[in-house]
Amino acid sequence: MNQFIISGSPHVHGPESTRRIMLDVIIALMPALLVALYFFGWYALRLTVISVAACVLTEWLIQKYLLKVPTTVGDLSAVVTGILLAFNVPANLPVWMIIVGAVVSIGIAKMSFGGLGHNPFNPALVGRVFLLVSFPTAMTTWPKVSPIFENGFFADAITGPTPLGLLKESAGNIDKMELLDMLFGNRGGAFGEMCAIALIIGGLYLIIRRVIDVWTPLVIFATVFAFTGICYLIDPATYIAPVYHIFYGGLILGAFFMATDMVTSPMTTCGKCIFAFGIGVITVVIRLWGAYPEGVSFAILIMNALVPLINRGFTPKRFGSKK
Amino acid sequence: MNSILLWSLVILGVLGVIAAVILYFVAKRFKVEENPLIGEVESVLAGANCGGCGFAGCHNFAEACVKAAAEKKSLAGLNCPSSDMSKVAGILGLTATVQEPMVAVVRCNGTCENAPKKVHYEGAGVCAFATTLYAGGNGCPNGCLGLGDCVKKCAFDAIHINKETGLPEVDEDKCVGCGACAKACPRGVIELRYKGKNNRRVYVACNNTEKGAIAMKNCNVACIACQKCFKTCPFEAIEMRGNLAYIDYTKCKQCRKCVEVCPRGSIHEVNFPPRKPKAETPEDTETNVTNESK
Amino acid sequence: MNPIKTFRLGGVHPEENKLSSGQPIKDFEIPKQVIIPLGQCLGAPSEPIVAKGDKVKVGQLIATAKGFISANVHSSVSGTVAKIDDVMDHTGYRKPAIFIDVEGDEWLEGIDTTDTLIKDITLTSEEIVERVKQHGIVGLGGATFPTYVKLMIPKDKKADYVIINAAECEPYLTCDNRLLIEKPMEFLVGVKVLMKAVNAPKGVIGIEYNKIDVARKLDEIISGDSYFSGIEVQPLETKYPQGGEKQLIQAVTGREVPSGKLPIETGCVVVNVASTFAVYEAVQKNKPLVYRIVTVTGKSVKNPSNFRVRIGTPANMLIEAVGGLPEDTANLINGGPMMGKSVSVMTFPTVKGTSGILMLNTKDAQPRAVGNCIRCGKCMKACPMGLEPYLLKRLSETNNFEETEKHNIMDCIECGSCEFTCPANIPLADYIRFGKNKTGQIIRSRNQK
Repeated sequence: MNQFIISGSPHVHGPESTRRIMLDVIIALMPALLVALYFFGWYALRLTVISVAACVLTEWLIQKYLLKVPTTVGDLSAVVTGILLAFNVPANLPVWMIIVGAVVSIGIAKMSFGGLGHNPFNPALVGRVFLLVSFPTAMTTWPKVSPIFENGFFADAITGPTPLGLLKESAGNIDKMELLDMLFGNRGGAFGEMCAIALIIGGLYLIIRRVIDVWTPLVIFATVFAFTGICYLIDPATYIAPVYHIFYGGLILGAFFMATDMVTSPMTTCGKCIFAFGIGVITVVIRLWGAYPEGVSFAILIMNALVPLINRGFTPKRFGSKK
Repeated sequence: MNSILLWSLVILGVLGVIAAVILYFVAKRFKVEENPLIGEVESVLAGANCGGCGFAGCHNFAEACVKAAAEKKSLAGLNCPSSDMSKVAGILGLTATVQEPMVAVVRCNGTCENAPKKVHYEGAGVCAFATTLYAGGNGCPNGCLGLGDCVKKCAFDAIHINKETGLPEVDEDKCVGCGACAKACPRGVIELRYKGKNNRRVYVACNNTEKGAIAMKNCNVACIACQKCFKTCPFEAIEMRGNLAYIDYTKCKQCRKCVEVCPRGSIHEVNFPPRKPKAETPEDTETNVTNESK
Repeated sequence: MNPIKTFRLGGVHPEENKLSSGQPIKDFEIPKQVIIPLGQCLGAPSEPIVAKGDKVKVGQLIATAKGFISANVHSSVSGTVAKIDDVMDHTGYRKPAIFIDVEGDEWLEGIDTTDTLIKDITLTSEEIVERVKQHGIVGLGGATFPTYVKLMIPKDKKADYVIINAAECEPYLTCDNRLLIEKPMEFLVGVKVLMKAVNAPKGVIGIEYNKIDVARKLDEIISGDSYFSGIEVQPLETKYPQGGEKQLIQAVTGREVPSGKLPIETGCVVVNVASTFAVYEAVQKNKPLVYRIVTVTGKSVKNPSNFRVRIGTPANMLIEAVGGLPEDTANLINGGPMMGKSVSVMTFPTVKGTSGILMLNTKDAQPRAVGNCIRCGKCMKACPMGLEPYLLKRLSETNNFEETEKHNIMDCIECGSCEFTCPANIPLADYIRFGKNKTGQIIRSRNQK
């Protein structure tokens, strides 16, 4: 007879697992990756694969040789970090730079805090910001799109400015852009953040699968829309219409995939809303008055730092605590 | 340029002076009067806050020592197992009674081999919880559960679970006898005993309270209360506690006769030289060891 | 029938697996020897009043309650007391029990063993409570809280509702469901008895939606007979822990039991289906609690069944009767999969609280690797009490029992929803139970001072 297991109740377990959650995030990122492959071909594929491989390898090496603990790369969280990091850089970034970014993401932002679940900041964003401040030129030289059907899979990249960069120079440049191009991704920028529709499809998938809460992205969009809307109403000559702010830059990617990172976001719905509101405000402040054209990464990192406080302040309402 | 430099210096300097004045008055106002002896006593303590004295930390213990010395003129009942109490007594102008050095002893030998597991535990690695769920992998309701509550409580890294036996092992060199592990064990498997001269100890490595017949089924080395050791002991150091023989370490003279008669191998002798086969037992040397040993 | 209701916070939905819901209740054979443990209820074990060699009959009192929260124990068979000795319960610990060798099946005089339905309630409410107490009736859902204690309403309180817990939200278990299908009239009279006992104008039967056909049938009987006026059937969403006392009250009446208070605070008395039936038998038939219905089930079990079992029947006999222990059994459980207890010794005697014997197969019970907490907050969303399980686990693990108290660990109902839903498979409920235990000890010792 086999040995019985002695365990405390419950003795059965639901279908959820960390791996399944991470797998869902990867599935949700696929539409955006396909769009990137279409526009940047070989460059996008190369960066994504190398980024993922570097992230997974870093985690594995650290756990195997430095910490000497059982490896956890099987939970796929390093893969998610790798894809998100790649999505946040220009498609023509030198390969060695993305490897540096991956090592920083996993090695410094994640493993040095104790691995998955212990990192206070979103690893992919830390890697991205590290690259941005270390290699500002490479990180802000955006290749122009070259759809593979027109120019072939291995076409050379020609660089050009991003919409937000143009706007930073002058709000008048708005005339040079088509909103439809923004929706479908036919514009400059980090290769994962371009196609709004692909990202929204991924985001909806996550919401339906209940991996993320609808509140975080919704509040971010609402805050950005309201804030920039007020500015636009006050002075339309200096500020652009709020709808552009939502579709330009990395706001959609950030709102659906990075601000909702479970480890670095608050737990309660109320806390999530505060967190999202903060991200929205900081993003707009950086975009409108800061030195950088884009502020989503910084906004999320700054709010990440406040998560422990938010978690402490916003506890769920206890049963029977009325009166 | 000069004036800017000057102004900065002046402003910072004035701010500094103001802050210093505030600090001075605040420090005066909120100063907590504390007997300087407490600090002195604390400085000779181990400082591990192990809790072996029964107080929350070394500071509380030092306070209690100073208070007892002032009120009762004695340190009776106060003992820090991990530091030199004579130093404490010296600071307080008293003479300390020398305490026997103690060491933690694991009174269970239900290894994977001796007591095969019948069920397999999965869940929180906390003995205090596991003990509420089941009697133990081998069915012994008093044996070690092997989840290491004792290990977690040890402030001196002196106790570890041996992966092969599944039981905790005490590192005699590191153990200071604070008793934190004994308190942590929900089943009272760990006991503090005299360290003994040359580290030699004789003890019953079993904590079982079930009847012999049942204990025998659960574990190959369980004490079955046959009373052979009880009858053999020339010093009346062994008492029967229900179904378990217990060697009183204050009375034991380490003659090791009980070890020989035990049919179950439940009585352990540690750090003795190997016995000569069939020769006279080297008792003489042992019996000389008097008060130190069990 | 009322529209479907549910409780406000949290909850999970495990696979239902009600494999034995179509199996009629079978009378289980009386074994050659029964072992009746003395501690069968929450609270102090009872004190034996028989000695070795005594002849006893079915229904005879053999051990009396000791202390307030304790219950009488009756002989479930007729025969001779073989010995009073320790027996291993499901945990493997030894507990005192009375061993009775069975001879025939002779009931004590005065007990009505016929099946006739008695609708007239002749006893007064005090007499009913006294009868329930004398006949050793406890909560048969698994918690085994003595029922008479619930029925004694404090002077300054009033009971508005008697709520019958027919939710049976535990997966696999079907004993209450079968009882409702087979003995609806007796059960409804039992509700009437309870309403009279606590002087409540309304009785509500809370049933989960997966048993809606039973609910409809009960509703039909009630509306067809004015005798049952005041009773209504309330369908509830199929969600765990719908049958938790506080959750049920909230779902049915919308009232929340305040933290640290008893359900009577909201004017509700909650009684389980099987207990209600036992109350009917005790009050109307003068029959003490000598048997109960036990679901013996499991995915790999040949014939999952519902048995009416004499208290004290060894569990291994029940397992033999459904086709033996399946090869792939990994976890044998006394109770349901969400709140039941792991069994280390298969021969344990069935007691008043044994609602089911479940043989979980290797696939379902296989422990999964425990990962790091990813702070997803799913445990918090699943908690029906609005607690923060991830935090309570961390605080308990680090023995920070002052903080656990501040974070309301004592409100935890130990339903296990948090652990069920945790994607990292952390044994949250284990740690919380440990922390709750320790915190409770600290609070009690503080109150004593």
